[in-house]
Amino acid sequence: MTNHYNDFKNSDVILNMGGNVAENHPVSFKWIQAAKDKGAIFIHVDPRFTRTSTKADIFVRLRSGTDIAFLGGMIKYLIDSNIYDEFYVKNYTNASFIVNPRYSFDDGLFSGYDPTKRAYDKSTWALEKDEQGIPRRDMTLQDPRCVFQLLKKHYSRYTLQKVSEITGTPTTDLEKVYKAYGSTYTPDKAGTVLYAMGWTQHTVGVQNIRTMAIIQDLLGNMGIAGGGVNALRGESNVQGSTDAALLFHIIPGYMPTPRAPWATLEDYNKTTPSSKDPRSVNWWKNRPKYLVSYLKTMYGGKSTKENDFGYGWMPKLDAGQDASWLNLFDEMFKGTFTGFFAWGMNPACSSAHAGKVRQALTKLDWMVNVNVFDSETGSFWKGPGMDPKKIKTEVFQLPCAAFLEKEGSISNSGRWMQWRYKCANPPGAALPDGDIMFELFKKVRALYEKDKGAFPEPILSLKWDYETSGHFDIHKVAKEINGYDLTTGKLMVNFVGLKDDGTTSCGNWLYSGSYTEAGNMAARRKKTDPTGLGLYPEWSWCWPLNRRIIYNRASVDLDGNPRNPKRPLIKWDAVEKKWIGDVPDNAVPPMGTNGAYPFIMKPDGVASLFGPGLNDGPFPEHYEPLECPIEKNLMSNQRINPVIKVFEGGLDTFATCDPKYPFVCTTYRVTEHWQTGVLTRWLPWLIEAEPQMFCEMSLELAKLREIKNGDWVRVESPRGKVEAVAIVTSRWKPFNIAGQTIHQVGLPWHYGWLHPKDGGESVNLLTPTIGDPNTMIPESKAFMVNVRKVARQPAPTKKIEKKG
Amino acid sequence: MKITRRTFLKVSGATAAGTVMGGLGFDLTPVESYAQELRIKGAKETTTVCCYCSVGCGIIVHTDSAGKVINAEGDPDHPISEGSLCAKGASSYQIAVNPNRLQKVLYRAPYSNAWKEVKWEWALEKIAANIKKSRDASFMEKNAAGQVVNRTNGIASVGSAAMDNEECWLYSKMLRALGLIYVEHQARI
Repeated sequence: MTNHYNDFKNSDVILNMGGNVAENHPVSFKWIQAAKDKGAIFIHVDPRFTRTSTKADIFVRLRSGTDIAFLGGMIKYLIDSNIYDEFYVKNYTNASFIVNPRYSFDDGLFSGYDPTKRAYDKSTWALEKDEQGIPRRDMTLQDPRCVFQLLKKHYSRYTLQKVSEITGTPTTDLEKVYKAYGSTYTPDKAGTVLYAMGWTQHTVGVQNIRTMAIIQDLLGNMGIAGGGVNALRGESNVQGSTDAALLFHIIPGYMPTPRAPWATLEDYNKTTPSSKDPRSVNWWKNRPKYLVSYLKTMYGGKSTKENDFGYGWMPKLDAGQDASWLNLFDEMFKGTFTGFFAWGMNPACSSAHAGKVRQALTKLDWMVNVNVFDSETGSFWKGPGMDPKKIKTEVFQLPCAAFLEKEGSISNSGRWMQWRYKCANPPGAALPDGDIMFELFKKVRALYEKDKGAFPEPILSLKWDYETSGHFDIHKVAKEINGYDLTTGKLMVNFVGLKDDGTTSCGNWLYSGSYTEAGNMAARRKKTDPTGLGLYPEWSWCWPLNRRIIYNRASVDLDGNPRNPKRPLIKWDAVEKKWIGDVPDNAVPPMGTNGAYPFIMKPDGVASLFGPGLNDGPFPEHYEPLECPIEKNLMSNQRINPVIKVFEGGLDTFATCDPKYPFVCTTYRVTEHWQTGVLTRWLPWLIEAEPQMFCEMSLELAKLREIKNGDWVRVESPRGKVEAVAIVTSRWKPFNIAGQTIHQVGLPWHYGWLHPKDGGESVNLLTPTIGDPNTMIPESKAFMVNVRKVARQPAPTKKIEKKG
Repeated sequence: MKITRRTFLKVSGATAAGTVMGGLGFDLTPVESYAQELRIKGAKETTTVCCYCSVGCGIIVHTDSAGKVINAEGDPDHPISEGSLCAKGASSYQIAVNPNRLQKVLYRAPYSNAWKEVKWEWALEKIAANIKKSRDASFMEKNAAGQVVNRTNGIASVGSAAMDNEECWLYSKMLRALGLIYVEHQARI
């Protein structure tokens, strides 16, 4: 999130799209309600009428996988109606920047497309620079090659009629949303968007979010109280685990993983983002300091200037190599790995195409599974269709402490890092994850000390000194992440003081300032609120630098005065020469007095309406999901995103516009369960409330397939099938897609064969192996299925009758 | 007495209960108060944050003198949740007190159809030996292009957003020291 949960109350219009906030982030809804109580408009856009829709002032339906069309129509509407924040667009975005003359877009393809590689050469998308290397601009926004004109041209095709045919949303509904959300274009109004996996789990996931980011930039809604682009993330610490880089492509603090062409530290640092524009802060220019400080935490005293601080010991990816989730399990399926850790995860149910994952697990020599309860992953070898006698995989199932049985911090979606105390001992032999990994690595190191083995240096040199009185001490790790001034031995105040000469250490620069000589900032519980905006600067701690709203200098005019006097987030004190309010992003003077542009993490210092760095185009364009109900993309002749990697062969199959799979399917969650249900299915209160798998469908589809509420149905895709109880409801309605009636169904993904008995299987047995071309997040939100009634009595009802 | 919001809630809660019960024609307030008192009498309060979605609601856990969890409820002082919890957060008690929790280190040998209970020491030593074997067998110092890559191709990891920040960082550190490149978790899916 650029903003945070309490900040919802500062909005005038709240759009929840690609999410179901009332169901999945229930407690946060109180801040939506707080905004509504003050007169805010709440809009929900979703394929299905949900608990969130019941509270919406405006609820509008769209077919799954058509968000870019829906939002592209909004961009056209805002520009055509002249309702955008002109000051903001000119000063704080790249609207005025001039694009390379060779850039073009034709029939769904941007310039530079290579069909054999299914990839773009992005050189024609570059922004033009002058002799000094500074981007060329036309502040009148009239140049036909300026971003604003290209944006206008690109979305001129997204007419109400066309959008309606694609999304199935009536044009009157489209206009209703566009008008209401567009009302936030004045500086005294704030609009925010709340999204979740309904936007990310698509083959156009990144561009879904970018389309909305463009809208937020046009309306001047970024960097302000009550604004922002806000991901409601699904796990309590998925923000923190991402920051800590448990992903193949980054190391802690969003630095790129070293790659083979960058053999030395110097080579790595050559890729540091640069800008020749003196008005661009380009914060990433500091990356070399963060990398060396990180390497100091990896190898401690063994990290020296002479050995490139141990950079050579870091594992390196090949150029262009993608080791992300779907590829990982594809490699596992092919037998690439002998060993595997499923640490606090249940991929046998959570992964797209879970059937393939389960088969992949049989190809391993060994697996370590760490969890609070048994799971379909740990016990895969005795699952449906498995013959243990034929499965070689050696499995270690290690019991770990639950969240309330250990101490440490987690970071919520609003980047608040909150400390948790240990409330009780874990049961039996269970241990905190930290203790398990701490002891495990000591064992590995002992083996390498005894018998050197392959390339032992990084193992023998690793700094692994987190014990106090013979026990693993989580505070020592927290301090290591914050970092030290190695010349004084004192904890770093924050990352501003980090250096690239080996005199500072810092495990993750974003978290520097979280545990200082003044104490553990994440544990703070003081509820002061000096701005009255609910920033609570002394409650917990927030990265970066305790800045509660990112890009907050975009909330002021060129002189540093708040553009919205009703909700001043920061203000420049011209006498004291300093900012008042939230921690400024960053402490440079306002733009009007030789200051710098507000978007300090972007090399050009401004927000990108035109995004030349993505793999699938500088402007978002509508493409159909891999599996879709219509043979032609009504926007162009490119049916699917032209750069997605299509997995074929083995167990990977898909079927589009196939009469065998006529219905669109999507997946979702319910309040009473969490993710695969790996925790919640074992809790009696919760499993009683939501005991089993269901399939929600419209009255019309139920009639068509002669299905009654409570019947058992079989839902089938080319990958697999699951059985579920039919919930026939008016919450679903058929869509009118270009004159054709299209039905959609939805299933939760909380279940699995292990527990409870008869609870049903994972819906991910149905989802395809296909991902977004930028992130490789699987397309779990739009695929095709068939639904048929099966002869089976609804078990729970019958049992109750017998007892009675 | 200084009236904090929590003491105010206790007082107003008791009043509301009295009114409702009074409507029944008899007063159950003393019984209600006694029952309330018993549940967390002498309990220790510890604060934590919910383990489910990313809102980060505050939870107070009550433990008895033996250290057993006896109650978990919303933290009224928490600025985001203000004492509220959803059905999942409000069930935190059942995470701590649950006969189905994994409490033993379990091992499933190749081709076996059953778990076997083992000791931590044995399991960690065997896992460490497996790591070394897989790493040594699959370690690649140079790739096909002759570039130095120093990586372990034969081991992969997924997890975990369910761990604390410090654990995530430590896990990332361990995996990268072992040379893993196939490092992924919930954020990707």
